[in-house]
Amino acid sequence: MAEKKLMYGNHAIVEGVIAAGCRFFAGYPITPQNEIPESMSVRMIEEGGVFVQTESEIAAINMLFGAAAAGKRAMTSSSSPGISLMQEGISYIAGADIPVLVVNIVRGGPGLGNIAPAQSDYYQATRGGGHGDYFTITLAPNSAQDLYEFPKLAFELAEKYRNPALILADGLLGQMMEAVEFSFEPIDPKSLPEKEWALCGCKGRERRVVRSYDLKQGRLEELNLRRAEKYAKIRSDEQRFKDEYCDDADLVVVAYGTSSRIASAAVRMAREKNLKVGLLRPITLWPFPTDVLADMSKRIENFLVVEMSCGQMIDDVKLATECRSNIQFHGRPGGGVPIPPEILKKIEAVLGGAR
Amino acid sequence: MKKLFSRPEGLTDTLMRYCPGCGHGIVHRIIGELLIELGIRERTVGIAPVGCSVFADEYFNCDMIQPPHGRGPAVSAGIKRARPECIVFSYQGDGDLGSIGTAAIIHAAARSENITVVFINNAIFGMTGGQMAPTTLPGMKSTTSPKGRDVRKHGYPMKVCEMLASLDGPYYLERCAVDTVKNVVKTKKALKIVFQNQIDDKGFCLIEILSMCPTGWGQTPVQAKKWTGEVMSAYYSLGVYRDRSKEAK
Repeated sequence: MAEKKLMYGNHAIVEGVIAAGCRFFAGYPITPQNEIPESMSVRMIEEGGVFVQTESEIAAINMLFGAAAAGKRAMTSSSSPGISLMQEGISYIAGADIPVLVVNIVRGGPGLGNIAPAQSDYYQATRGGGHGDYFTITLAPNSAQDLYEFPKLAFELAEKYRNPALILADGLLGQMMEAVEFSFEPIDPKSLPEKEWALCGCKGRERRVVRSYDLKQGRLEELNLRRAEKYAKIRSDEQRFKDEYCDDADLVVVAYGTSSRIASAAVRMAREKNLKVGLLRPITLWPFPTDVLADMSKRIENFLVVEMSCGQMIDDVKLATECRSNIQFHGRPGGGVPIPPEILKKIEAVLGGAR
Repeated sequence: MKKLFSRPEGLTDTLMRYCPGCGHGIVHRIIGELLIELGIRERTVGIAPVGCSVFADEYFNCDMIQPPHGRGPAVSAGIKRARPECIVFSYQGDGDLGSIGTAAIIHAAARSENITVVFINNAIFGMTGGQMAPTTLPGMKSTTSPKGRDVRKHGYPMKVCEMLASLDGPYYLERCAVDTVKNVVKTKKALKIVFQNQIDDKGFCLIEILSMCPTGWGQTPVQAKKWTGEVMSAYYSLGVYRDRSKEAK
């Protein structure tokens, strides 16, 4: 069995990023993700990589743009207000078809908000976030184990589709200690193939240009339509989710990240009360697992969406199910975290009402 | 027949879109020549700014990237740190470097990123149609200071070389101009020094170049050259603001 270690979620990300063969980190301090740059400042140097504490998140995302355009796996982490500052850069990176990894340890917003865990950046993460027609591949971990494993998956997807990838966690996942199994063989960065688009000097080949603009009439429309085809392929091939007890369910709770861990406990409590309740946990938030939800909505009468926000993912549930079912919501915004009994109460209310 | 003058291999065989009398073409040519003279074209990555010289990504015959407005120094640092074997230069105008990208340039200089910055100061926003720049001179007219820059209302211009010279980080800082043949030769000499400094891993270097914008200034190319030499150079003194190679001795 692989080695197991008790560690903070934020430290699990660092080890996961390094095991994924990434040797470039640039970032700026912000709570509740500070353990990531702190740990990176040691680990990247130990591994012969690059660590830069930048003057701002704007600089961090642009350093990533440079490093990734040079063909290297590169990542940054931040929390909500810092991720807002990065949106300009993410838009340019998406427009230039460059793969990078951005980790958002979400905190309460809007504005400076607070430093408590939240899920209120869902819209920003799944609707592009910056200006222009683009999407970012978005993964939602719900354990320290996921935080260790998802960077590798994120880089693989980002490179496969030449698109930025996000890991959308929250302050609770980042600060929580759990056992992490080092479940895969660390990747040697030297073993990663050279990218055929990387900027590294034009010796023996035509020069390469990385850019997000095209002023020639009609060209940008063509480029965006081609990118739309890429997004359609991601939507059809990369939907990921986990389901529990959904087969015979009268009600399915839909929740991701921290909310899905809590909802899972509520679902088990409901089952003990002989209530037929299941859980659907989206792992990819973009692409959203619409297919499974569309399928479920043909036989399941009730959905309860649980989020640590005023309700954002619920829009995607409604779109996926085409509002065929009864869709209810339980949300805790501004740093509020639900507990299993309150979700159970809501489940009982919905099922009581349904009867 | 003997060929006396030709396009350097460091520039692509493309028609440049710059206005008649604009200084960008001169500076492009200098850099294009240096990429060949220093034998670095095939390991160079250039950064094109946002502004008139956004098209630099079509003109320099080397790998190029076009980042967001003002972020060239950060992108340069990312490339250079990811691939130290590459020569990285950031070509930026005064809106790009002196306005929206001020934080980026100051901190790249403070960290002494081993990059070469070519800073074109023409005292105006050219691409967007002649608006006031951070470098627009007191009293100078622009489309957003139509009665002339009033320092009480619009504030004072930024002197980038002087500002960066207050930091310990920069290795070499010089302000040049391309208004006369003599100054063009001096500019090439300065740019050669800073590309060589990067090859020698010396740290942050920037050359500011006073450059003509006849279109933005509402002048003829001849008037613009004269104005650069007489008015701009009087406010922005030419010269070396930092040379660590001299201090070391």
